[in-house]
Amino acid sequence: MTTQVLTHVGNPELAARWRRATDEPAWLRWMLIGIALTFLALFLVLPLTVVLYGAFEQGLQVWWAAINEPDALAAIRLSLLVVPIVVPINLVFGVAAAWAIAKFEFRGKPILISLIDMPFAISPVVVGLIFVILFGSQGWLGPWLAVHDMRIIFAVPGIIIVIAFGTMPFIARELIPLMQQQGKEEEEASLTLGASGWKTFWYVTLPNIKWGLIYGVILCNARALGEFGAVAVVSGRIRGETNTMPLHIEVLYNEYMFTAAFAVSSLLTGLALVTIAVKGFVEWLGERRTRR
Amino acid sequence: MLSAAKQRRVIPGFGLTLGFSLLYLGFIFLIPVGGLLLYTSMMSWDDFWKAVSHPQVVASYKLSFGASLIGATINLVFGALVAWVLVRYTFPGKKIVDALVDLPFALPTAVAGIALVTLYASTGWVGRYLDIFGIKVAYSQLGVVIALTYIGLPFVVRTVQPVLEDLEAEREEASASLGASRFTTIRRVILPSLLPALLTGYALAFARAVGEYGSVVFISGNMPYRTEITPLLIVSKTEQYDYQGAAAIGTVMLVAAFLLLLLINGLQWWTQRRGW
Repeated sequence: MTTQVLTHVGNPELAARWRRATDEPAWLRWMLIGIALTFLALFLVLPLTVVLYGAFEQGLQVWWAAINEPDALAAIRLSLLVVPIVVPINLVFGVAAAWAIAKFEFRGKPILISLIDMPFAISPVVVGLIFVILFGSQGWLGPWLAVHDMRIIFAVPGIIIVIAFGTMPFIARELIPLMQQQGKEEEEASLTLGASGWKTFWYVTLPNIKWGLIYGVILCNARALGEFGAVAVVSGRIRGETNTMPLHIEVLYNEYMFTAAFAVSSLLTGLALVTIAVKGFVEWLGERRTRR
Repeated sequence: MLSAAKQRRVIPGFGLTLGFSLLYLGFIFLIPVGGLLLYTSMMSWDDFWKAVSHPQVVASYKLSFGASLIGATINLVFGALVAWVLVRYTFPGKKIVDALVDLPFALPTAVAGIALVTLYASTGWVGRYLDIFGIKVAYSQLGVVIALTYIGLPFVVRTVQPVLEDLEAEREEASASLGASRFTTIRRVILPSLLPALLTGYALAFARAVGEYGSVVFISGNMPYRTEITPLLIVSKTEQYDYQGAAAIGTVMLVAAFLLLLLINGLQWWTQRRGW
C-alpha cells in the first residue's frame, strides 16, 4: 500500500517498476492461479461432485428410498446415538484443557499439549486395535467382561469409546490458541470485582470463545459421524446393530449398490460442507474483530 | 515468578480443569495405549520380529511410507502454491476456494474413498481418459498415492498460509531495492522464512497419510504384496483374531506416529522461535 503512495508522485515509470519488484507479472500470476485451481478442482471439487451426482443421478425418489431403508436408518440412528455422548464429553474436556493450558503456567505443559495432539498422528486403525487389545475376547479385560456378560467390542460401547478417542483433540485444539490469545486480563478484572469463578467463565470467557467453541463442536460432530477406521476394527459390522453410517456406506459399496452408497454419503457430505462454511464464517468474524 | 504466583491466586479452577483433563486423557488414552505396549512387550522377541518382518508386512511398510512420502511431497509443492495464490492474489470465488481446502479434513474418509475410486476407475470421469494413455490409477499403487495426496492436502496450505500473511512486505521491498530479481527475492528471502512452516506441513501431511485407512482401501484394491497398506494388515489380522500379529504391527505404527509427532513439535517450536 505504502509503495503506491510513494511512487505515484508523478513518476508512472517508477511506479510500474516498483510494482514489478514485489509482484509477479500478470501472465505469471494468472498461470499460478490456474495451476492451483486446477489442482484443487481435481482433488476437491471432482470428488465432491461425483458424490452428489451419484446420489441424485436417478432422482430424488431413489435417493430417498436409499435413505429410508431399515439398515440405513439403523446406521443413522446409531450414529446419532453416539454424537450426544461423545461431543459433550469432548466439549467439557476441551474447555477444561484449554482453561488449564491458557490461564496457568505449569510444568509439563508441552507434554500435555502433545498428548492432546496424539490422536491426530495415531492411525485410526491402531486406535481401534488398542481397544480390542483392552476389551476384546482375548484381550486384557475380555475374560472378565465375558464372565459378567458385558460386551464392549463388536457392540455399541466400543464404538462410542473409539470415536471419543478419535475426536478428542478437535474442540481443545480450537479453544487453546483462542484462549491463549485472549489472555487473562478480562477474567482477572471480573474476579477482582467480586464475580465468582463460574460467573466469570459464563459471562466473560464464554462470550469471547463462543464462535471458536461452536466451530469446534460442529467439527467434532462431523468427525464423530464420519469416523471410519477405528470403528471398522471394533464394530464387527453387524448389520442394523453396529454399523455406523460410514460402515454402512462401505457395505453398500461392496455390494455394488453404488447409488445407495452415494445417497448415504451425500448426508455426511452435506454435513462436511456445513462444517467448512461455519469455519469460514468464524474466521470472517475473527478478522472483522481484529480490524476494528 | 511473582506475577505467576499472583495470577494463580486470582483465577480459579486450576486443579479442577487440569485434574479433569489428566483423568480423561489417562482413561481414554494412556491406559489403553499402555495396554497395547504391555501386550506387545509380553511377546517373545522372536515372535515379535517374525510378525513385524514378514515379507508381506515389509511390502506394506514400503507402500505405506513410500506412497505417503510421495503424497506429502506433492502436497508440499502444490500446497505452497495454493497458499501463495490464496494470500497474494485476488480472483473471483477466492473465499469459497479457501474454505474448500478444509474439505478433506471434514469429509468422512469412507466417502472420500468411494468418490476417488469412482472417479479413477477405468470407467470413471478421470480414469477413462487416463486409460487411453494406459495409466491405471484405481487398484494400483498410484491409486494409493492419489488417496494419500487427497487426505494430506489441507496441512501444508494451512501451516504456510498464516506465515505468508504475516510476512512483512518491507523485507521483499528491501530485497528488490537492493537489486534482487523477483526470483532471487522469492528464493533468498521468502522461501527461507517459509521453510519451518513448509516442513511442519510436510510432516503433518506425511504423518496423517501413514496411518490413513478409509480413503485408501477402496481405491487400492488391497492385493497382498502390491497394494496392501499397513493399516489394512492390522485390520485383517484383528478380524482373524491374530491379536499378537496385529499388536506387533500396531506397536510399530504407534512408535512411528510418536516419533513423527516429536518431529512435528520440534518443527513448530522452530517456527515460533523464528517469530514467524
